[in-house]
Amino acid sequence: MCLGIPGQIIAVTDPARLMGMAEVSGVRREVSLACIATGPLEDLVGQWALIHVGFAMALIDEDEAAKTLEALRGLGEAQETLAAMAEGAAALEGRA
Amino acid sequence: MRHTQEFRDPQAARALLARIAESAEALGATPENPVRIMEICGGHTHAIFRYGLDKLTHPGIEFIHGPGCPVCVLPMARVDECVQIAEDPRVIFTTFGDAMRVPGTRKSLMQAKADGADIRMVYSPLDALEIARRNPGREVVFFGLGFETTTPSTALSIQQAAAEGLRNFSVFCNHITVPPPIKVLLDDPHMRLDGFVGPGHVSMVIGIHPYDFIPRDHGKPIVVAGFEPLDLLQSVLMVLRQICEGRAEVENQYARVVPEHGNPVSLAAIADVYEPRPSFAWRGLGEIDESGLQIRPAYADYDAEVKFGIGYAAESRHVEEPEGCACGAVMTGRMKPVACPQFGRGCTPEMPLGALMVSSEGVCAAYYQYGGARAEAG
Ligand code: SF4
Repeated sequence: MCLGIPGQIIAVTDPARLMGMAEVSGVRREVSLACIATGPLEDLVGQWALIHVGFAMALIDEDEAAKTLEALRGLGEAQETLAAMAEGAAALEGRA
Repeated sequence: MRHTQEFRDPQAARALLARIAESAEALGATPENPVRIMEICGGHTHAIFRYGLDKLTHPGIEFIHGPGCPVCVLPMARVDECVQIAEDPRVIFTTFGDAMRVPGTRKSLMQAKADGADIRMVYSPLDALEIARRNPGREVVFFGLGFETTTPSTALSIQQAAAEGLRNFSVFCNHITVPPPIKVLLDDPHMRLDGFVGPGHVSMVIGIHPYDFIPRDHGKPIVVAGFEPLDLLQSVLMVLRQICEGRAEVENQYARVVPEHGNPVSLAAIADVYEPRPSFAWRGLGEIDESGLQIRPAYADYDAEVKFGIGYAAESRHVEEPEGCACGAVMTGRMKPVACPQFGRGCTPEMPLGALMVSSEGVCAAYYQYGGARAEAG
């Protein structure tokens, strides 16, 4: 549960709460940008970050993101994380 | 050996394995008298088994699996307290999926859910916050679990709840910190460790200096590592090099993600919301001073222990471990999982008796899934 997963920040969704939309392996999920928001939030759009339990924790480069994702798939972690994201979405509706 | 993964770059792996072997030879390491390297993080344990690194490295290298799986070190009493909170009809109990199957004295969260408790698996504490916003008439409790990697997420969520004045959200805090149990292991006269592979993502938050005591006070090397197999091999080699050269330092193999001083926003949020508990109980290791975090009085409204009067906030509590389980000895590297009388019999990933069998980061689960280390492979 401590590994996190790379995702690309594709939009800022709520500047007041420092929230943005990330795309993780084709799945979109709103994440907190608080830990990486050292400059203007807009500058983060397009960048890759290591995302852990809904928080972008560190910026990484695209090549690193690809390698990390591959390693996570090998460990079965990527699949588990995507399943957890789906569960989280279902839990909001009271379905999980 | 089952499901062992291929290397992405087999040539680089071979080269690293050869250099590890050279260093091991230079140190005179043998299976009878091995160099003992502890990987602290459960993610590393999983990767070592997944890629069969324990079998591929020189036989004079022994991996000792550290206490770095937060689900595995959670004492049974804490699971019982979760179930107790979750069974309160006012409560929506939210948790990471990993924690669902950890056995409690009476039942696991999974069983409590089957029995009707409103328990929801979430991906993030932010999901729990959102559930609280949508259900103002219910008490939403998030099961805060994990090392320093995860701690900022609950700290920031509590800050957010406070900023919004959300009164029906609280965290059952079980956050723990990596350095204190390492101190305990190093102070144990029966424990012989020659070096450490340090956790990458914990260090992304706290930086590398919290490990300074390892070389300074104990003369042992530690290398903070990424979790890709080549990262791990590289880090093992860096540990061996230090031993060969008579050095003991904190080195950072994972500098591409781990800043020397950690993540300032995360550290500030942790410091604002949490303070060390005088002591916290670890499964297999017992009570360890200042090894766990609690929510500061300023945020008491968001502390489930205070709100529900349970856990360390309760008058008396009794911590018990299941009978016939060797989790403690396995956790401290004194016993291999296969030597536990319950392994594969009373205890399997489907029906875990001890927590080390629950998470994919637990060493018993890793042994069970991928086949054990050399000892078992014969
Ligand atoms: S096999 Fe089960 S009971 Fe034995 S040490 Fe491992 S987790 Fe504990």
